Amino acid sequence: MVLMINGTAQKVNAAPDSDLLTVLREELDLTGTKYGCGEAVCGACMVLIDGAASPSCIIRINSLEGKKIETIEGLGKEDELHKVQEAFIKADPFQCSYCASGMIIATVGLLRNTPNPTDDQIIEFMNRNVCRCGTYAGIIKAIRLAASIK
Amino acid sequence: MDMIENQPVYQPGSKAQYGYLNRRKFFKIFGGGLAVIFVSDDLLSMAADSPSVRIPEHQIGAWVHIGEDGVVSVFTGKTEVGQNIRTSLAQVVAEELRIPISSVNMIMADTDLVPTDFGTVGSRSTPQMGSQLRKAAAAAREEMIRMAAQRLEATPGSLVAEGGFITNPLTRNKLSYGNLTGGKKLLITISDEVKITPVSQRMLSGTSVPKVNIKSFLTGKHKYVSDMKVEGMVYGKILRPSAYRSELIDADTSAAKSIAGVTVVQEGNFVGLTARDPWTAAKAIKVIHANWKTPPQKSRTDLFGHLKDTADAGRASGKQGDIDRGLAEADFQHQANYHVDYIAHVPLEPRAAIASWEQGKLTVFTGTQRPFGVRDTLAAMFKIPKEMVRVIVPDTGSAYGGKHSAEAAEEAARLSKAVGKPVKIVWTREEEFTWAYFRPAGFIEINSGVKKDGTITAWDFHNYNSGPAAIATPYAVANQQNIFHVADTPLKQGSYRGLASTANVFARESHMADLARILKMDQLEFRLRNLTEQRFKTVLETAAKGFGWTTREKLPGRGFGIATGFDKGGYVACCAEVEVVNSQVKIHHITEAFECGAIVNPAHLHSQIIGSIVQGLGGALFEAVDFAGGKILNPSLSVYRVPRFSDLPEIEVIMLDMKDLPSAGAGEAPIIGVAPAIRNAIMDACGVALRNMPLIPGGSVT
Repeated sequence: MVLMINGTAQKVNAAPDSDLLTVLREELDLTGTKYGCGEAVCGACMVLIDGAASPSCIIRINSLEGKKIETIEGLGKEDELHKVQEAFIKADPFQCSYCASGMIIATVGLLRNTPNPTDDQIIEFMNRNVCRCGTYAGIIKAIRLAASIK
Repeated sequence: MDMIENQPVYQPGSKAQYGYLNRRKFFKIFGGGLAVIFVSDDLLSMAADSPSVRIPEHQIGAWVHIGEDGVVSVFTGKTEVGQNIRTSLAQVVAEELRIPISSVNMIMADTDLVPTDFGTVGSRSTPQMGSQLRKAAAAAREEMIRMAAQRLEATPGSLVAEGGFITNPLTRNKLSYGNLTGGKKLLITISDEVKITPVSQRMLSGTSVPKVNIKSFLTGKHKYVSDMKVEGMVYGKILRPSAYRSELIDADTSAAKSIAGVTVVQEGNFVGLTARDPWTAAKAIKVIHANWKTPPQKSRTDLFGHLKDTADAGRASGKQGDIDRGLAEADFQHQANYHVDYIAHVPLEPRAAIASWEQGKLTVFTGTQRPFGVRDTLAAMFKIPKEMVRVIVPDTGSAYGGKHSAEAAEEAARLSKAVGKPVKIVWTREEEFTWAYFRPAGFIEINSGVKKDGTITAWDFHNYNSGPAAIATPYAVANQQNIFHVADTPLKQGSYRGLASTANVFARESHMADLARILKMDQLEFRLRNLTEQRFKTVLETAAKGFGWTTREKLPGRGFGIATGFDKGGYVACCAEVEVVNSQVKIHHITEAFECGAIVNPAHLHSQIIGSIVQGLGGALFEAVDFAGGKILNPSLSVYRVPRFSDLPEIEVIMLDMKDLPSAGAGEAPIIGVAPAIRNAIMDACGVALRNMPLIPGGSVT
């Protein structure tokens, strides 16, 4: 089947009931999206589906026809970063950074509908994402900063 | 400084080629230039006596190499697991060589390229490796100044190193580092006696340089081992026993074997398979039907009695006086027991490895804190020389002491050897929760006596199983013993951030709070009265002042708690404010003061401290591994709860920068004060003296 990924129509050979995460990582080599829990409770695997931050580990690709999928790789390149990535560079919150892609994608999803989130709104929305290194305070700062960049 | 120029460090013809630094091989691999090697003092005196001394590789801590192109490379066996050591080590080298941090090429954790290293463990990277690299870089700078002085016909004292050049500020004559080292094969050995940049003149250390390769992480470009692919690779899966300590009776692998592209490998208890894609591998492992024989095993409900029952006589730390006499002298006696559960590291990147064999040599990419330890394990497993194993550790998705071992590497190597192709193994979250290892559980007994004036007269402390670190009380007690007892652990256990000190400090500081309550004495005053070491007092007073211990308004239902501790060179004090309403606990605020000597990178230290506090909240409040009959009962993130955004209290971190004291590591000590500070705050709020970690697994005081 064909998936719209980062603005390009991509033909994939995986079985239609395959999970999106494994298709992205193994078939398309888009490994910026990470495996963390396999049950949609850690946020490491988040991608944007029609603009909404969604856990790719439990989404079957046969539900995605005609939908726009964006991964961390499609967000920005090293020389042309997305404003959320810029904000995370400035705030430098991460330690091991394994959760970074999911956090950044979730932030893009948050700011799309809530451009000026309160701290409570940030916490509520981001609560699906785990940073085991415990850098939540720094991530909140980065999100506030991203919201301030217009 | 000792120089071995054009003298063979390694004697050709010697049989003991492996294990010693081979100078020719060194420059063959790295090209010409200038290399500075840090070795132990003893060895250096030997080298001074003989120009051809061979340097055993295990004596070499680190080296800095300045290539003929002027590229500065640092070779270290330390691994980057999120503590941002790649950045802080580059910082000290850039500082001493007077170059931008971006000009330092960090080569880390590749056992074929870097000096032998015992591992990224025990908060040793900053104090040891940072200090060795600083000296090596300083020596390289001084050597280039010496060489430039000859060429520029100037005195070394008149020249300065700056931005990759040695410059004469008066004449503006300058020579680049590459120009100076070009055509040379200089190997310099140094030890502790090297002049480094004085603290007051440091421009880069002590500043918050951003993570050096930050963009690759924020764009998804960085390849963790779990992201990597190599040519011709297949995907491996391991058949897991139904419970710990199980013996395989039989396995029917016929259905798996009939799937196209699947190869089953069975060697005794080990059953695994490979497939061309991960879906097939996952499907194939599910259709293997196996029978296991499992012996009866202890459950979580039996745990603490079992630890006590199986304990040995123990080893004492800080034994003095006579406990019975101390108890007799006391106005009040207090006896209490404390429980600490097993917890899991839950590194967000699970264990992963890619193994391949070529002409008898095994190469493994894996996320571990001990690349050389994993190399040695693999060499022993396959009965091959160590140099026939190469372990490479790309920057890894965290560890927290949980990735000392080689499991995924062993599995991938075994399958790869059997199928003759590179094999990749990535553990599932359930495998990571079940087949890795845990922070030890502990049972702690304290019997103490105290006088009305606050003098502690007796302190009898026994820890069963969780470990001896930070077991000795920092409080002055005339009659004391602190004994660690080894016990039988039902679960596989190992390192964790501050594994034993967390348990020991939890029990000790909880007990101290109980004593202060018995005495009706202020918690801070009682501690200060019994502390003698100034660094302890300073950190405690700093935390108390920042928190407003004596001035903070206490709203109804709220309580304040304080705790202090020391581990691995770091002094920590923590204050907590909690609210208990209808037994439900909410953590409002934590103030933590931390002192680990001179600060190298304030932002990354801050991040390590906050991370420790947040991770500490999990173990303090709700994390516990549940188990019965050799099975883990909560092996998933939906059941095993870890701290999330909504668990984050207001946190204030106060970092004490002791510029003249050596820098200690900070990955562990900041975690140890969190649980007792919260426990003591809960007691202050509602009078309940909790004695188990986690304190409130269901969210409320029961």
